[in-house]
Amino acid sequence: MSAFLRLDGLVKRFADTLAVDRVSLALDRGEMLALLGPSGSGKTTTLRLLAGFEAPDEGKVLVEGEDLTRVEPVSRRFGMVFQHYALFPHLDVRANVGFGLESIGVRGAERDRRVARSLALVDLDGFGGRRIAQLSGGQQQRVALARALAPEPRVLLLDEPLSNLDPTLRERTRRELRDVIRRVGITTVLVTHEQDEAFELGDRVAVMREGRLEQVGTPDELYGAPANAFVGGFVGRSSTAEVEVVGSTERGTRIRLEGVEWDVDGVPGRPVPPPGPALMLVRPEALRLTQSEPAALPATVTGRRFVGPSALFTVRTDGGAALDVVAAPQAAPAGARVGLMPSRRMGGGIHLFPKDGR
Amino acid sequence: MTAPPRARLLAGLLLAVLAWLVIYPIALVLLEGLRDPSGWTLRYVRLFLERPTEWRALWGSLWISVVSVILAALIGIPLAFLLARYDLPGGRVLGGLVALPAVLPPLVGVVAFLFLYGETGFVSLLVQRLLGLTEPPWRLQGAGAILLVHAYSMYVYFYLFVRAALFSLDGSLYEAAASLGAGRWRTLRRVVLPQLYPALGGAALLTFMTALASFSAPYIFGGGFRVMPTQIVSTRLNGDDRLAMVETISLTILALAALWLFRGAGNVDLAGGGRKGAGPERIRVRSRALRVAVAGLGWGLAGLLLLPHLTLLLVSFVPLGTWTTEPLPPVYTLQNYVTLIQDPVRARPLLNSLWLAAVATAAAVSIALGGAILSASRRVRGGRVIETLLALPWAVPGTVFAIALATAFSVHAPWVGRVVLVGTLWILPLAYLIRNLPITSRAILAGIRGLDPSLDEAAAALGAGRGRTLRRITLPLLRPALLAGASLAFVTALGDFVTSIMLYTYDTRPISLEILSSLRQSDVGVAAAYGVVLMVISGAVFAFGADRGGSG
Repeated sequence: MSAFLRLDGLVKRFADTLAVDRVSLALDRGEMLALLGPSGSGKTTTLRLLAGFEAPDEGKVLVEGEDLTRVEPVSRRFGMVFQHYALFPHLDVRANVGFGLESIGVRGAERDRRVARSLALVDLDGFGGRRIAQLSGGQQQRVALARALAPEPRVLLLDEPLSNLDPTLRERTRRELRDVIRRVGITTVLVTHEQDEAFELGDRVAVMREGRLEQVGTPDELYGAPANAFVGGFVGRSSTAEVEVVGSTERGTRIRLEGVEWDVDGVPGRPVPPPGPALMLVRPEALRLTQSEPAALPATVTGRRFVGPSALFTVRTDGGAALDVVAAPQAAPAGARVGLMPSRRMGGGIHLFPKDGR
Repeated sequence: MTAPPRARLLAGLLLAVLAWLVIYPIALVLLEGLRDPSGWTLRYVRLFLERPTEWRALWGSLWISVVSVILAALIGIPLAFLLARYDLPGGRVLGGLVALPAVLPPLVGVVAFLFLYGETGFVSLLVQRLLGLTEPPWRLQGAGAILLVHAYSMYVYFYLFVRAALFSLDGSLYEAAASLGAGRWRTLRRVVLPQLYPALGGAALLTFMTALASFSAPYIFGGGFRVMPTQIVSTRLNGDDRLAMVETISLTILALAALWLFRGAGNVDLAGGGRKGAGPERIRVRSRALRVAVAGLGWGLAGLLLLPHLTLLLVSFVPLGTWTTEPLPPVYTLQNYVTLIQDPVRARPLLNSLWLAAVATAAAVSIALGGAILSASRRVRGGRVIETLLALPWAVPGTVFAIALATAFSVHAPWVGRVVLVGTLWILPLAYLIRNLPITSRAILAGIRGLDPSLDEAAAALGAGRGRTLRRITLPLLRPALLAGASLAFVTALGDFVTSIMLYTYDTRPISLEILSSLRQSDVGVAAAYGVVLMVISGAVFAFGADRGGSG
């Protein structure tokens, strides 16, 4: 138990809704964790519990073993970047960044030196005298980051830090943000509903739904071994179909889908589902199109769009399931009759869950 | 792009009308104060400068206004913080209640204070009995009484402005300050207060101008203590018309100087729009005892603020001559209200006020709408001038306008734009109209500026002409602003006292004058009944304007 930051069984109720339901997380020093989930999943409330703006009904927040649950936000020494930045509009950039330093008694030349260092960190040297209204959205975002980092907080919290930026600017800012945080080496929790953002910024990603943690893991783990159909569907592209589990094989599971039987590779460490109806979640690259194999599932191409050098096909099986398949753009024209087979080349990519969806 | 000839013609016409109504009468006062039948003279200016009473009145006006601002701020600002930032039991209701002094027309508020704190008022008698005194504990007279009424009626400006500004702050600013280690005081001092400066400036200016122009309280309670508006009226009653004009000029100069001093004061969006992020969350008071104490304080205060309203209601049930020395009236009837409706002499002022206010409001809304559309379109030159002319009457105390209109429209000289209106039906609606132009046009202009300009272009692209665009797009969207402007104008005109007292005729006497004469005949019941009717109509019109006008 050498975790630097620990959330221990946090519960938060608003009136009669359970916004956060027994959330426990542990972060190592310097780790970046992304809280990912759709809106209303409780990720922002979890962040606000961490910051101290909300008090949990149950559970604890600990940093290096010190219980901070009842400590006011003022004294937590957590830095936070707000969704709309919350820069003080009447103060210039320097005064904004110096604000938190003055709270901890850093004044005069020392404050100026550290303000300059923070601004240099986010590549805004010489912007100290600017008014907030004179800055672009991206610059405001960086000032907000510099302001949060200047007092050298123990933990950095980011609330949808890129959601206010143009899509074109977002990708670049995301990289800059990651670089700055890496350089500082600060323990960071980030809230986002964008999978790309979570995957690029988070060492680990915690997927939330309806107040609960669905799965915590590295991006690879979430993609390659989703804990349930929700995580599988929320992370990365996938389609689903109802199947029948027939039995187990040496390498995995045998399933039946509209009369066709496929052998599907198992995921290491995941139990083989019991025989009976199941939900299949399948990545587009885990299927391939074929013309002649007898074991193929007959289907019709209903759509095709280009994704880089390959194309994403949407096909409809004769039984009515809609599935996405990645293949070479020339593999089949729209409307063509094709067969579907699991792609051996990739391995994995087909996940089976009990039928109730959990 | 240049404006179409018709718009230019309209703008020119409007400019001429506004110049004639707003600038011309005041210019005439300025000129006539420097003339007498034999020609140009500085005699009256010298007379003014030599008389210590004039200086005393001017100084009285100035310091009363400054102290009114301070008192209003001391009540309004903490109240706004308490009700906007803290989550109290019944806080929403309380928030509405404390704005209620706004529905009391100036004279009615003064009358209510008389019933409450006057020599034979409820509170005075109560204190006298409790302490076993043989005389009333205080006399409601002089500067103290005026300041009491001003503080009561004008803290609402500070309360509303500061509350709106607090609501429009991005809530995460508080959290940002907290996460940067700033405690409550430092957050207040460094983050919140600096952002309230525009609101505080706006409220201070509004309070100062209102206090400077205030007439009812000094007129009823002033006694020997004079401020410039009451001084002007008494000089005029003495027949020194030209001296009154010089006094008028001095008051105008004081008002303009204040306006210039506060020129940086911002305009506040009372609807609280224009913020990004969520509004600030209210602070929950955790300690139970503190919650009860704060809520008790708030409700106690609300009771105090509602006392004048309740007093009026109570006194309005008292028949003539039945209440002499008892602490509470012994007899109650509905007779006063019946009289108000059935006696034609009593009903007349009520009907007068209603039609005068309606005509003035309709005219003010039309002119303000035309002016606002022309000045917002930016294609018509002179738009800025129109806007300034529409706003100008705000800077000029009501007494000044009354004198100016009495001067301009008492002579028959059509070739210089002067006709005799004084003593006719039309002088009062005209006076109300001019006084209402600023509030009406401000509301309508705000509405027009809030419209998406591309709507006009979209309508044009869909083949709608100017008239159809106005009728089908602009006016329906402006409805909230029009209703807000109209209700403000109507309520102000309905309760007007300061211009009426100088310009009314027997046939057009409005409610306020009838209240005054009922008081003089010691018919307190009827005076209070008139007050209640005014209060109820004002409240209803405000509520209607706010409701139909939407929150936008």
